[in-house]
Order: sequence, then C-alpha cells, then structure tokens
Amino acid sequence: MKILIPTPLRQYADKKDAVEVNAGTVGEALTHLTSHHPELRRHLYTEDGKLRAFVNVYLNDEDIRYLDRERTPVGEGDTLSIVPSIAGGSPDL
Amino acid sequence: MLKIAQSEFDALRRHGEETYPCECCGVLLGQIEGDERHVSQVVACGNTRGDRPQDRYNIAPAELVRIQRQGRERGLDIVGFYHSHPDHPARWSQTDLAEAHWIGCSYVITSVEGGQATRTNSFVLLGAGEDDKRFGDEPLEVVEEQVSVREFEPE
Repeated sequence: MKILIPTPLRQYADKKDAVEVNAGTVGEALTHLTSHHPELRRHLYTEDGKLRAFVNVYLNDEDIRYLDRERTPVGEGDTLSIVPSIAGGSPDL
Repeated sequence: MLKIAQSEFDALRRHGEETYPCECCGVLLGQIEGDERHVSQVVACGNTRGDRPQDRYNIAPAELVRIQRQGRERGLDIVGFYHSHPDHPARWSQTDLAEAHWIGCSYVITSVEGGQATRTNSFVLLGAGEDDKRFGDEPLEVVEEQVSVREFEPE
C-alpha cells in the first residue's frame, strides 16, 4: 500500500512524496514507515507513543479516528494520507 | 520567496472580500524549488469554524486529502495556505502560529478592511518542529504570466 507524505515531512523521508509498505493494519503501515525513516517518528507521535492531535491520518477518504484507528485493516490497493491540520485566526482583542 | 501568478493572487484576495466579515481560507498548490515556493493554483476551501468564523478558520482534513490527491495527479504539491483577517492586519497572530504545522510552507494573509482587500503578506513557517517553529517574513512576487510547472514525471 502507499503512504502519502505531506510536504513538511518529506525531508525526513528521503524527500519522497510517497512510500510503499506491506502491512495488514494502519498501525503496521505507520510502524514500517517510521522504522525506515526514524526521524519521522517524533513529528508524528508524542513521547508516549500516541499520534499527535494535529496529525490526521486518512485511509483513502476516511479518517481513521472514525474507523478502528491504528487497528484498521488495510489492503494492497489502499492509500494512507498523512495531513497535518491547518487552522488559525485573527489576533484576539 | 513566494511567486504567484496575478490571476491566483487576485483570486485569493477576492475570496476574502466574498466571505467578509468572515475569514476565508484555502490551499496554495504548486512546487517548491529550493527556498522558493511557486504557486500555480489557489484552491478555495470552506471554513469549518462555524462557531466564530469572523476571527477563526479551519480547513477540514478531508478537504486537504482530496486537494492533495488531485494536486498530485497534476504534479502539484501543497506549498502553502491562505486566509484573511477581516478588519485586522495582514500579519500572523499567536493563534496562527499555534495552529501552524506545515513547516517549510507559506502562509499568506490578506487584510480585508470594510469588505475591501488591502494588504497581502506572506510568511514561511520555519523551524525543525513544534518546539521551535516560527514565522519568517517572506517576499511575495506577483508575476503576470502563469508560473511554469514541471511536467509530472511518474516514478
């Protein structure tokens, strides 16, 4: 399956925009990814091993939070997208 | 340096006028060439902050996934984002910085005063991660012609 790497994280993935991995679940796929590219780990996970709150992971078009999170099964033709959140606003008065 | 075609620059400013007094937001698609970000297309997005759209914005991750995929099909990357500050300066706020996570990408802000777009500034998110991220002023160059795009070369 394919994991799409967002622009800000490509420097930690040998400048690749996509990585192919063999995995049975979302968790396995991300573990393979960070095993091959260890520098990615601190950008994706907190110190206690949880995905950072602003890191959104989509299996095809579904947010894994609404599936079975890292236990969600994946197949060969699936695509994982990692997309950090984008938000902001005007200064508080 | 952020380079953007006149047509796309006008579009992101116009978006801010259309959504006034609420904040507009969108994605900048293009390519990164060294220290330069070249914008080929701006994509207007919805602001999911229905609770306080006058001074907050959020782009739905599902929309980002779709835009990233469609851009990738055309050989374009997400190189930044834009949003507006209704009746506030075109300068990043502490909220903008706290919510910024796309290091190496441009954040374009347009001040919309009384419904009219005034100043548009660009800032690049610098740093190695969440602990040291900061915004840097980024020169913005508007070009008349369409910014050239490399032909997509499949792997």
